[in-house]
Amino acid sequence: MFEVISKEMLSPAICRMKVYAPRLAASAMPGQFLIVIPEDHGERIPLTISDYDRDAGTVTIVTQRIGVSTGEICSLEEGDRFSDVVGPLGQPSDFVEKTAGDLAGERYIFIAGGVGTAPVYPQVKYLHSLGVPVDVIVGAKTSGLLIYKEEMKSVCDNLYICTDDGSEGFHGMVTGLLEKLVMEEGRRYTRAVAIGPMIMMKFASLTARRLGIPITVSLNTLMVDGTGMCGACRVTVGGKTRFACVEGPEFDGYEVDFDEAMRRQGMYRTQEHEAEEEYEHECKIGRTR
Amino acid sequence: MAARIPRVPVREQDPKVRATNFEEVCYGYDEKEAMLEATRCLHCKNPRCVAACPVNVSIPEFIAAVAAGDFKEASSVISRDSSLPAVCGRVCPQETQCEGSCILGVKSEPVAIGKLERFVADWTLQQGETSVVRTPSNGHKVAVIGSGPSGLACAADLARLGYEVTIFEALHKAGGVLEYGIPEFRLPKERIVSAEIERVKSLGVRIETDVVVGRTVTIDSLMEKEGFSAVFIGSGAGLPRFMNIPGENLNGVFSANEFLTRNNLMKAYRHDYRTPVYTGRKVVVVGGGNVAMDAARTALRLGAETSIVYRRTEKELPARREEVHHAKEEGITFMMLSNPVEILGDEKGWVKGIRCIRMELGEPDESGRRSPVPVPGSEFEIEADSVIMALGTSPNPLISKTTSGLETNRRGCIVADADGVTSRPGVFAGGDAVTGAATVILAMGAGRKAAAAIDSYIKGLEKIHNE
Repeated sequence: MFEVISKEMLSPAICRMKVYAPRLAASAMPGQFLIVIPEDHGERIPLTISDYDRDAGTVTIVTQRIGVSTGEICSLEEGDRFSDVVGPLGQPSDFVEKTAGDLAGERYIFIAGGVGTAPVYPQVKYLHSLGVPVDVIVGAKTSGLLIYKEEMKSVCDNLYICTDDGSEGFHGMVTGLLEKLVMEEGRRYTRAVAIGPMIMMKFASLTARRLGIPITVSLNTLMVDGTGMCGACRVTVGGKTRFACVEGPEFDGYEVDFDEAMRRQGMYRTQEHEAEEEYEHECKIGRTR
Repeated sequence: MAARIPRVPVREQDPKVRATNFEEVCYGYDEKEAMLEATRCLHCKNPRCVAACPVNVSIPEFIAAVAAGDFKEASSVISRDSSLPAVCGRVCPQETQCEGSCILGVKSEPVAIGKLERFVADWTLQQGETSVVRTPSNGHKVAVIGSGPSGLACAADLARLGYEVTIFEALHKAGGVLEYGIPEFRLPKERIVSAEIERVKSLGVRIETDVVVGRTVTIDSLMEKEGFSAVFIGSGAGLPRFMNIPGENLNGVFSANEFLTRNNLMKAYRHDYRTPVYTGRKVVVVGGGNVAMDAARTALRLGAETSIVYRRTEKELPARREEVHHAKEEGITFMMLSNPVEILGDEKGWVKGIRCIRMELGEPDESGRRSPVPVPGSEFEIEADSVIMALGTSPNPLISKTTSGLETNRRGCIVADADGVTSRPGVFAGGDAVTGAATVILAMGAGRKAAAAIDSYIKGLEKIHNE
């Protein structure tokens, strides 16, 4: 179980893996996530599902090495096994329950940031298969960190790229690009979906509100079990406490208290930093031997 | 009649020492102590202890065997009625059940039934692998959801009857609340919980971890696509309650479930695990049940100055007396008749204190307990950098929401009769998923009753099929 079937590096720090998890692959839907434990004694790490293949029994995950645990994921190679992979967790995207007829007249704009681009892909693919017009904005710090360009092109109507440093596409943030598309180029969207860093989703929501576009965001909160047991993932949405793991991960972007969500996300930052140092230290000791 | 000897005291780790480690608090009886304590049983003609035990263990009978030094016999007497004696001997509320009704308790101290049960169970585990006879398969598959006390008990009984049982566990490790909820210092994981689970597996029970029923699979798909003739739901009560007071989402406020899961299941207290945990220097635990005691004593062991805030008085504490006693010995402060009204945060959004209001006991409510009422104008503040909410739990709606024809009540509990029969044919339920948060022994008893009901249900189907 949970064997890494294939692995490729999308950038020096971002890897994509297909993992054998047949039960999960059989029931996964766009918008859901999973939890992995890379190796025994490790953390339970929530990751959004980037794709699934029911016939092959595989799910695709995309991870950026940002700390010890994501480092552990990225160090697994083809043929290695995850200690555990569980899911799908959370609610599917709301459009999953709708038919092509229900969605007639809708025009979606997806706003993807960094590794958040990966989970946008199955959603776009799903809508595209129903014939719904979908445009996608993909943003990254710099050209080298852009992922899923080719894949996205094949399933969306228009792909727009932006980079913070202007090394590729529009020079600026996703919000600036969205504004440009709507205000200057006269593009009309009935719904937006933003997936990426919390800060990006916050500003994407503010921009969407200003433009009068309803927006859905996918919250990557802290979690332990992912089934509603611990409440680590609680977020305030519309003034009410919600559990992102079972009621989310997708919520109405207008309603989410992003400042609280960002503060809660950083709860273990000091400890993560310490773990990182310890891990680096172990690695160095390992090298000298 | 000869003068009765007093209850044989049980050896425990020194409170000062154990407050800094996660080793088991109680060492339990050795053979001599157990045999001596066993002589205290009066062997009542109508043993009230048996009636007071939720699974009616033949208590005087096993105690007689202990007194005679025949521990093997004692073990087989207990195992007629209990599937998890090493667990129950440690975590059962004996003072309100068997020991609470012991006639010796009227004038002096009751027989230490719990400690004797634990002794017998530990002795049995130490004997190692006893030759387990696997019952040949009868060809019927039964699915059990959850590997906690009710699921394990149900699965073990069904396997003994020849059913092919698969337990589906949502977490990565089997054991349910025994693994994620109850701390190591009360219930050792490797030595006791894993050993009990291995025993169930040796009967032929398969355990599939990482399967969230309601997400990864559904009961409908298990029955329609995977060929399970019946399903037992023993998914417990895992959803934490919060108070819905201002400041509850500040950094440093946790549910007891989160705090305990990080430490018990995820072993945050050990350096060889990567799990992060935030404890703080001054921890306030809100609540008065066993979970509150567990959380407080865990925080204390992680180095925090810890107090418990409870809205009634010590007399009403729902926690076991032994746990309260241990908590006090270890240095936990109890603030009674106090109820939080707000959690206070610093400018960075971290907990810095908690505002409480004094309570007084008013008229008894429907449960017979005098309900606490706030004393106007009596608010006060306590300094704290971490707050742990231990206010009880309710069943997870994941299963009931994804299973057609399964009735639940107002509190989200699955509706089932005493045999675990639910509104959906072939689907049985028991334990906390039905009762709301209760005890290990009640859950185990419910699992066993459901196993018997599942057996007759499937035999009934067979009969109809053959006619």
